[in-house]
Amino acid sequence: MNGPDVKPDVKPDVKPSVAPGVRFGQVSFVWRPLLVFVTLLLAAATFLVFCVSIGVGDFPIGLSRVIATILGRGERVDEFVVMDLRMPRALAGLVVGIALGVSGAITQSIARNPLASPDILGVTGGASAVSVFLVTVSGGTATAIVSSVGLSAAALLGGLGTGLLVYFLAWRRGVDGFRLILIGISVSAVMEAITTWLLVTADIRDVAKAQAWLVGSLDNRSWGEVRIALWCTLVLLVVVASVAFQFKPMHFGDEIAAGLGVRYSMVRAVLLLCAVLLAAAAVSAAGPVPFVALVAPQVAMRLARCPTPPMVASGLVGALLLIGADLVARTALPISLPVGVVTAAIGGPFLVYLLVRANLR
Amino acid sequence: MGTTAVERPAPRGTDARRRRVVGLGMLVVVLVAAGVVSLAVGARSLSPAEVWHGLFAAPDSDQRLTEIRLIVRTVRVPRTVLAIVAGIALGVGGALIQGYTRNPIADTGLLGVNAGASFAVVSVIAVFGLSNPFQYVWFAFLGAAVAGVVVFGLASIGRGAGNPLTLALAGQGITVFLAAMTTAVALTDLASLNALRFWNAGSVAGVGFDVIWPVTAFIVVGLVLALAMLPSLNLLNLGDDVARGLGVNIALSRTVGIVAITLLAGAATAACGPIAFLGLMVAHVARYLTGPDYRWLVPYAGLLGAIVLLVCDTVGRLVVRPGELDAGVLVALLGAPFFAVLVWRGKFKNA
Repeated sequence: MNGPDVKPDVKPDVKPSVAPGVRFGQVSFVWRPLLVFVTLLLAAATFLVFCVSIGVGDFPIGLSRVIATILGRGERVDEFVVMDLRMPRALAGLVVGIALGVSGAITQSIARNPLASPDILGVTGGASAVSVFLVTVSGGTATAIVSSVGLSAAALLGGLGTGLLVYFLAWRRGVDGFRLILIGISVSAVMEAITTWLLVTADIRDVAKAQAWLVGSLDNRSWGEVRIALWCTLVLLVVVASVAFQFKPMHFGDEIAAGLGVRYSMVRAVLLLCAVLLAAAAVSAAGPVPFVALVAPQVAMRLARCPTPPMVASGLVGALLLIGADLVARTALPISLPVGVVTAAIGGPFLVYLLVRANLR
Repeated sequence: MGTTAVERPAPRGTDARRRRVVGLGMLVVVLVAAGVVSLAVGARSLSPAEVWHGLFAAPDSDQRLTEIRLIVRTVRVPRTVLAIVAGIALGVGGALIQGYTRNPIADTGLLGVNAGASFAVVSVIAVFGLSNPFQYVWFAFLGAAVAGVVVFGLASIGRGAGNPLTLALAGQGITVFLAAMTTAVALTDLASLNALRFWNAGSVAGVGFDVIWPVTAFIVVGLVLALAMLPSLNLLNLGDDVARGLGVNIALSRTVGIVAITLLAGAATAACGPIAFLGLMVAHVARYLTGPDYRWLVPYAGLLGAIVLLVCDTVGRLVVRPGELDAGVLVALLGAPFFAVLVWRGKFKNA
């Protein structure tokens, strides 16, 4: 069988566009005006939705007052509502969306497979299994763990542990993308099986609680949880940015990348570790939100008409998706649903729409 | 099964071909042995003689023998038959979906089949208040079929029609959407959630022949379609241009292939619930055993799927006595570590 298709969107009768290259010292990239435009547009949209999301609530605040307050020139009342009450939730959405989007872009690029996502690197599966275990198994140890470190912290440890387990299981003279994905799928399958089994044997009320946690939520975020995720994500993004420019040639495969001077085993190992850690940071802030990491890079790729998932745009699409879904969930829906459900309900069809539109063109 | 699709000698001469035939024969033997064990093992263990009696003896007045006959005919035989049929379907489906999407991590759930079935199950429970699993089997099949048709239809619109990548991503998009809807229903309706968790585990137990026969009929149709398309699937994997040049009707071959996958995976899922990972796993193992020739790979994957599902179902009856562990759960718990070891040892390098 052939490997996964690497250049899916190249249409046979369209001439390959000659994009000019730009180089600053060691950093070089292809100048894509559309990508820059789309990225700026996404950033603006994300900021707008972010502010709207903060403004909407039982105590509505106008958009201009929200922006003024964020910039530090707001009134006392607004400041309390915006910074203390609503900012953690909105910021959690932003951070989780960006972390998942970038993590997905890295995974899909390295695996050179659009079906890959950090969901199958084990982080989500591990976090789910641990949290469902703690919710459903009532007993001395489980209760003690929950009361001492909290559910999300325990879930984070579970996710991180599983993610690193996958990472090191796949390590054999360096990390190979394909091996990592297959091992990730197997470990995730085990975790899912454990989760399923726990749900089957548990009391139905606990199952409802666990199920709500399983899809990820932004309810009741506090600054404490958000701050950790925020700093972790920022640091990881800096690391990703510092090695990412070496990354483009890797889409051509290992041999060509090595020929072009990329230390691909090092770059790949660092980037994949970052992908695992970013997914874990997202889990710590919102629980295992599914699908964002899978959908966001593919949507970004199609919006910007790039041949490979663009990192920055993927992160922004993730953030827009998550904050937007949270806004919809809070304002437009008659029943209250966790943000993970709404994200998937919007993101999936939108991806299909982009696919169909590309085919009709 | 293997001989139907063979038209030319295998490329590496008759030696490789003989080895593959022998391997296929061995898998059949293992499957038969696993079937016999599956009939004998359970909450009440039976000796081979008792199994034989239960299968073929005429009814008589002996209380104990009547009981054995009842156990064998109404419990053991149906679940053994279903494990074999569903295992073959999922194994063949897994190999085919990887072939038609040219993606080594594609699974039988990719076309939205599992998500469609789950959504149908929670919906009919929430709307009509059905509580008996046998009432929603056919809704599950309907949901799986509709999801498969929608995915294939969306991927076939316009010029990029049949592009494997479009198909895979459209499948993911629809799956994501249906999974979200399923969760939304399950979170608002406790009865649906309760049914969903059992449905999700994936089990071959407790399904009667009134369900198994129709499901088998669908699967047989799917198998016939699949086997007819195997030679052209080999050519498709050389790339569309080469395949077209060699005289393959690409659109027809893809359409028939996708219909076959939907029938196989949809019917199996309707009867057993979503059994994830089985198809993906056996497809890789089969490719490792036979090489990339789909005329051999697909029969191997089918037999391996049946063996794995049957063994997992049998083991599931033994590990938590007197309860049972669902086959779907055990497939992942037993199969995945084994699979991971094979991956780690670099067995699937060229997949």
